[in-house]
Amino acid sequence: MAEDINTQHTERTQKTSKMQLVLSVPPHVRDSQSVTYIMWCVVISLLPAAGYSCYLYGLKAAKLLIASTISAIIAEAAYQMLMKKKITAHDGSAAITGLLLAMNVPPHAPVWMVCIGSAFAIIIAKQLFGGIGFNIFNPALAARAFLMASWPVHMTTAWHQFNPGNILAKDIANIANLPPTAFDAITSATPLACLKSAPQIIADYGASAEAVLQTLLSNTMLKSLFIGSVGGCLGETSALFLLIGATFLFIKRIISWHIPITYILTVAIFMGIYYALRPLPGAESIDHFLPRMVLFHILSGGLILGAFFMATDMVTSPVTHIGMIIYAIGCGVIASIIRLWGGYPEGVSYSILLMNAIVPLIDRYIKPKVFGTLKRTTGE
Amino acid sequence: MFFSRFIAGFKGGIHPPENKFYSEGKKFSYLPIPHVCYVPLQQHIGKPARPIVEVGQAVEEGQLIGEADGFISANVHSPVPGKVIDIVHHPTVFSPKSLCIVIETEGAFTSSQQSRVPSSWESFSRDELIASIKEAGIVGLGGAAFPTHVKLSPPATKPIDTLIVNGAECEPYLTVDDMLMQTFPHEIIEGIRIAMKTLGVERAIIGVEDNKPDAIRALRKVLLETNAPTITLVSLKTKYPQGAEKQLIKALLRREVPSGGLPMDVGVVVQNVGTIYAIREAVLYKKPLYERFITISGPIVKNPGNYKVRFGTKISDIIDEIGGLLDEPVKVIMGGPMCGIALDTLEIPVVKGTSGVLFFGKNKIESENFLTCIRCGRCVAACPAGLLPCDISILVEKNLTDALAMYHLFDCIMCGSCSFVCPSKRPISHFIKLGQQRLKSASTRMT
Repeated sequence: MAEDINTQHTERTQKTSKMQLVLSVPPHVRDSQSVTYIMWCVVISLLPAAGYSCYLYGLKAAKLLIASTISAIIAEAAYQMLMKKKITAHDGSAAITGLLLAMNVPPHAPVWMVCIGSAFAIIIAKQLFGGIGFNIFNPALAARAFLMASWPVHMTTAWHQFNPGNILAKDIANIANLPPTAFDAITSATPLACLKSAPQIIADYGASAEAVLQTLLSNTMLKSLFIGSVGGCLGETSALFLLIGATFLFIKRIISWHIPITYILTVAIFMGIYYALRPLPGAESIDHFLPRMVLFHILSGGLILGAFFMATDMVTSPVTHIGMIIYAIGCGVIASIIRLWGGYPEGVSYSILLMNAIVPLIDRYIKPKVFGTLKRTTGE
Repeated sequence: MFFSRFIAGFKGGIHPPENKFYSEGKKFSYLPIPHVCYVPLQQHIGKPARPIVEVGQAVEEGQLIGEADGFISANVHSPVPGKVIDIVHHPTVFSPKSLCIVIETEGAFTSSQQSRVPSSWESFSRDELIASIKEAGIVGLGGAAFPTHVKLSPPATKPIDTLIVNGAECEPYLTVDDMLMQTFPHEIIEGIRIAMKTLGVERAIIGVEDNKPDAIRALRKVLLETNAPTITLVSLKTKYPQGAEKQLIKALLRREVPSGGLPMDVGVVVQNVGTIYAIREAVLYKKPLYERFITISGPIVKNPGNYKVRFGTKISDIIDEIGGLLDEPVKVIMGGPMCGIALDTLEIPVVKGTSGVLFFGKNKIESENFLTCIRCGRCVAACPAGLLPCDISILVEKNLTDALAMYHLFDCIMCGSCSFVCPSKRPISHFIKLGQQRLKSASTRMT
């Protein structure tokens, strides 16, 4: 009816009125946040962590970040031009994808690889599904999985070699008097990889289980994990700088607590229960083993990055708050299972990808309670 | 008695910029009588009134010129003394061609209304009260314009225990109810008693959003003075759409109007404070509803404020009377910015349901292009009805009418919160309205 009224109004306006008044359907006021605004805010929120990685890993990191971001934007623009679609490459969503992908590769990965990854993310994982709003999987994570499958060596070994003069390296070496070779094995991989291969290190280098565990769970190590001066993917290491960005997103109300907090709590509870039931060998020699272990899992790997910046991707997460919580619990459980029993040391990216696949199902069955009905409507 | 609580209220809702400062605290001023009035016979929900005057006939102020046609309809009275010069189709807010009685003002105000000596309403029976409300052509002044006598005479199968008086005024810009409560607190409390007697209820609750401290203070003072234990004043959290009937009932009584039902299904009748004021005038002074208070506001209005306007006054006349505009108007809205209707011509007259007229200049214009849904879920969180606005908008956009059936489209209260929050600027509430129409036409095709 409103439409009819409006069209009739318009016709009449054209015929009679001298003054052109603009017609539109209510509401006539809109929130100031647009898609472009939200997307660029997310890009800004990633900059502290990205900037820190440039400080930590040097020019190499900056090159990767810039190349990946630019190639994502170019891929989007090129695809849209080719398909004669409206060009929306400047809306910031491609920039997020490119930036996130770079933050998800080892610091010494080749530049050409992230460029291919960005193009894959935009063209295969996003545009072929219909562009922004229609992709099922988080494009950056889909591209990361693609790179993992295509160039596993680059993706799992191109970690940063902290030289012995490094403050962290020195501090850690002093903790448990590890043999130099074992020390190299620990600092040249990611902390999670060390944890996974701890039995190997113990066997290969004759280090004691206590020494390895003491190194991994030392205050120095936990502090380094928080600040980010450890091995890992470009943007995942610094919990501090990631949390600064996340706070910005909270203040802007771009993300809500539902996904990140639930996700991290799930991992914490899962790990807490697991290590309470099956403490690692040497655990008895460490004060507060359980809280240290849980903290180690929260701060290491890509959990903070994944929980605050990738699981919260609007397109690939549920629309209802309860759906978000279910989704985040699923992410937390899968990530924990992969870390504990899987082939990879880290499971955050696969956990999000797997839960992305279930999001349409969650949205189908978890619906809000319609006002004036007795219960939540579920399914059809 | 009075009590003030901080009530969370209802699920969902939004916080649009209030922008009430333009006209907040501005005392009522009376706009001059227009030279010519275009009085629509349809100013309410229901059947249009039947014209009972002829061209050339002289009419008095407040004389009945359109008679209610059926139960759900309302009388229309002449807002000015003068002569009927025409009965024509003229654009109104209801339709681009609505039958209007055109009255040219002339002669003296030999008002047909009774003297200003109030009648003692306490002695009136309920039927007499309803009759005088019906006679005065009173409709809901909050905006929906549903005939008030219908609302005040619910069927015997629906026992009513509470009258809720809506002073929430959650729409941005509008301040008319706020000013009314500040200026006429005694009158409103008396009007509430009349409405309570009409309904036969022992309890009334006035809900006012906590962004109107002056109105709350004024009403509280009167309540304390008059010692009215059956009338409660509740300060509500400022949140849009706090003034929506069902959300207001939920916030005040924790009762949920069942899906597809009416407030009377949970024993409640809701009346806007403006309507309450008009009820009192009608019962005490036999004054028909031919004028009302409205807010005239917006960034380009030279003298924004709260004005008393006769029905039938064209917007173009109002602009001159209030001292003009600072800029060429580009968008003119009748009502509030959330639910109001954009006008295409300034020839449209003020009617009973007009709570305000807002004027916006050039920089207000936003691009009408909308993008694809990014499934951010903001509309789901904002929807006070618990719907999935994003899914509905996509289904309507893709013309998948069959799939719409299970999305509870008819529980939408058309508050526009979904469209407000949408970062893709999708006109979601409009899509829902379209979906409702398609579902209706689909079901008529089937039967």
